[in-house]
Amino acid sequence: MDYILEMKDICKSFGGVAALKNADLQLEKGHILSLIGGNGAGKSTLMKILTGVYTRDSGEILLDGKPVSFRSYDEAGKAGIRMIFQEFSLVPTLTVYENVFLSNEKKTKARLLDKTAMIAKTKELLESLGMDISPEAEVGSLSVGYCQMVEIAKALSTDAKILVLDEPTASLSDNEVNILFQTIRRLKEQGVSMIYISHRMNEILEISDDVLILRDGQVVAAEKADALTIPDIISHMLGDSVEKSFAWVPRKNPPSNETMLEAKDLKISGMDEPVSFDIKKGEILGIAGLMGSGRTEILQALFGMRKCESGTISIDGEEIKIRRVKDAIKAGVALVPENRRTEGLVLEHTVKENAILPVLERLKGRLLVSEKRADIMVTDKVRELNVKTDGIHKVISLLSGGNQQKIVIAKWLASEPKVLLLDEPTAGIDIGAKGEITEIIRNFADAGNSVIIVSSELVELMAVCDRILIAYKGRITGEFDRTEIASEEVLQHAIQG
Amino acid sequence: MQFKAKFKPGNLLKKNLTVYFAFIAIFVFFSVYLGSTFLSVNNILNITRQTAMISVMAIGMTFVIGSGMIDLSIGSTTALSAMVVALVLRSTNNIFLGLIAGLAVGATVGAVNGFLVTKTKIPAFLTTLGTMQVVRGLAMRTTNNQAVPILNDDFTFIFGVGDIGGIPVLLFWTVFFAIIGYFLLNRFSFGRHVLATGGNEAATKFSGINTDWIKIKVMVLSGVLASFAGILYAGRLQAGRHTFGEGDELSVIAAVILGGTSIAGGNGSIMGAIIGSVLMGVINNGLTLAGLPVADRTIVSGAIIILATAITNRTKIKKAFKRKESDDGK
Repeated sequence: MDYILEMKDICKSFGGVAALKNADLQLEKGHILSLIGGNGAGKSTLMKILTGVYTRDSGEILLDGKPVSFRSYDEAGKAGIRMIFQEFSLVPTLTVYENVFLSNEKKTKARLLDKTAMIAKTKELLESLGMDISPEAEVGSLSVGYCQMVEIAKALSTDAKILVLDEPTASLSDNEVNILFQTIRRLKEQGVSMIYISHRMNEILEISDDVLILRDGQVVAAEKADALTIPDIISHMLGDSVEKSFAWVPRKNPPSNETMLEAKDLKISGMDEPVSFDIKKGEILGIAGLMGSGRTEILQALFGMRKCESGTISIDGEEIKIRRVKDAIKAGVALVPENRRTEGLVLEHTVKENAILPVLERLKGRLLVSEKRADIMVTDKVRELNVKTDGIHKVISLLSGGNQQKIVIAKWLASEPKVLLLDEPTAGIDIGAKGEITEIIRNFADAGNSVIIVSSELVELMAVCDRILIAYKGRITGEFDRTEIASEEVLQHAIQG
Repeated sequence: MQFKAKFKPGNLLKKNLTVYFAFIAIFVFFSVYLGSTFLSVNNILNITRQTAMISVMAIGMTFVIGSGMIDLSIGSTTALSAMVVALVLRSTNNIFLGLIAGLAVGATVGAVNGFLVTKTKIPAFLTTLGTMQVVRGLAMRTTNNQAVPILNDDFTFIFGVGDIGGIPVLLFWTVFFAIIGYFLLNRFSFGRHVLATGGNEAATKFSGINTDWIKIKVMVLSGVLASFAGILYAGRLQAGRHTFGEGDELSVIAAVILGGTSIAGGNGSIMGAIIGSVLMGVINNGLTLAGLPVADRTIVSGAIIILATAITNRTKIKKAFKRKESDDGK
């Protein structure tokens, strides 16, 4: 068979932990290969090895039958392999054509920029993608979907033979997804081969020729797309072993019947329909959904970071207005945000400085912040949450991801909230710390408080949640009691819509 | 594991010690090279007189830069405030009224800066570049470019030329504001909020802190301290002049950065800022005594600022690289 790309026996480990074990990948010329796997399955490691970001420990990469080895993203790009990233690498203040030719500018004989040629070529590229965008439009003024097209045009301007698309539809509307798929099909006709990474299985089955499924760094299935169904994919992805550390642990104090928080007909800006839900005292509520499903928006609305156009929120039976974060904190709501590094922490500050930020007012004596009380509080929290650090005066960026996350949680536990909102609390942290954070969440709820967790890791939700809401495309489309969820498959199906 | 914060003098001075070493090195150099002309009590006190205004403004600027902004309007604010003080004294001869009027000028300029930065989202650099011009123009406007002499000897004694027990009042003022600044930055929740805003504004907002309000307060603080520096100029030179403080904003920024505050925001040291401004005063004084002409002095002090900042930031740059590497392998 005519493979444009073959990766054979690829192994890679980080600090003794194997991320990829003898992974094989074959991409036929002009085919679309989908890569599926849970978080940490090895998808992104494999792609980073392909594009020269990581070096492999062993194995072989054949491009057009010839062995290659890329030392940087740039080298891979020169060989015709381009990756379209989730976060676009476009400069918003430059125009479309300037972005397309960034670092690859066409010049006249006099070494001046050849604007006419670049505009003409950009126009041609965009037309070949079926896109009607002016090459001279400023990128910042384009919608996400169009930005993605520009990104693709940029990759094609260097005659890319293989395109890697990393979750391209995550933040696109239905209409934009259709346009993207038309473009992908057009590129395929032109002979471009593609690797497509996505969590949306419907889309994968619709667009791809071949499917490669990874689990725990190993390839568990490589099949033709038309030979697969969604249940097949899910069972390959999950395997038969359910991780023990994520087994359901019976709660010491089961949730009470009293309502802690109730949201009624809450119309959150950016979501299609009003949502209504409630949480009992001592209950852990999960929200499952794909990226862009509205899961983060719900938490942000409860924390005063996002406007509500109508509807009411009440806590402890009392209706409250949450207009700003301050109102939420006063009402006893705390949020551990999705992105620890950009929203959770001031990285260059110490453990202590980060931990006391929301509670400084409480640590005040008559006038001054009491350093002694702050030290005692932080030291206690560090012990309680088992944070591994040489001391509370250590700069937080030097801690591991798991320990950083514990500090973000500590920072909010210190404010003694009644309702704790967690957005992807275990993203990018090691399995040991994950277990510990799960335990912290359980203890917090056992004390009669309420928790809402958003997570893409469904097993994790199943391990801690008493009840799970399903968010899909800006709506709440379902609700499961813990006892109704027989397996992760049930949830996987639900969030796929 | 040990969690107790051990008392280290270094903690007091806030980690970045390079500026103190640079200060000692340059001080020793001039002492050896110039001998008693430099190392006399008189000359040393003179340096503290010359640098008092820069030091006072540098305290405010530490908050401004620490919160991730910049304030270019302070030099002009000193001029307008000095003019207003001089005019109020001329018509009322009431020190208290003069003081209130002068400080009100700074508070107003600061409030306008803060409002523009937070509500219209114009970057602080541009906002204050604009107000710098406007305020300077207003200072000229007050008297049509005329200087206003100050004849109130009590005022000039307290805010400029006086000595108490051989110590210049200007040194007292510097120390007074340094102590206030130190406590405000390090021991009040306000200071922590300021540095958190500069370090990561999103995370600070997520912590329930109104960062806009923090920025407005910081700008007002900077304006008030600048107007106090203007009052000190007026006291020392016994007049209000619209030319006061020209170019001071740049010396102040240099002093603060020299003192170990990162231009990117997120950290700040009052002690460092004071040492930074005194260091610049020492350099200027030493070079003058060494007989260098103005042109050479300007060139040398510029070069020293670059050199000292490069050394001060070296450890920080190294740290930044380390952090990047550890980010990659996840």
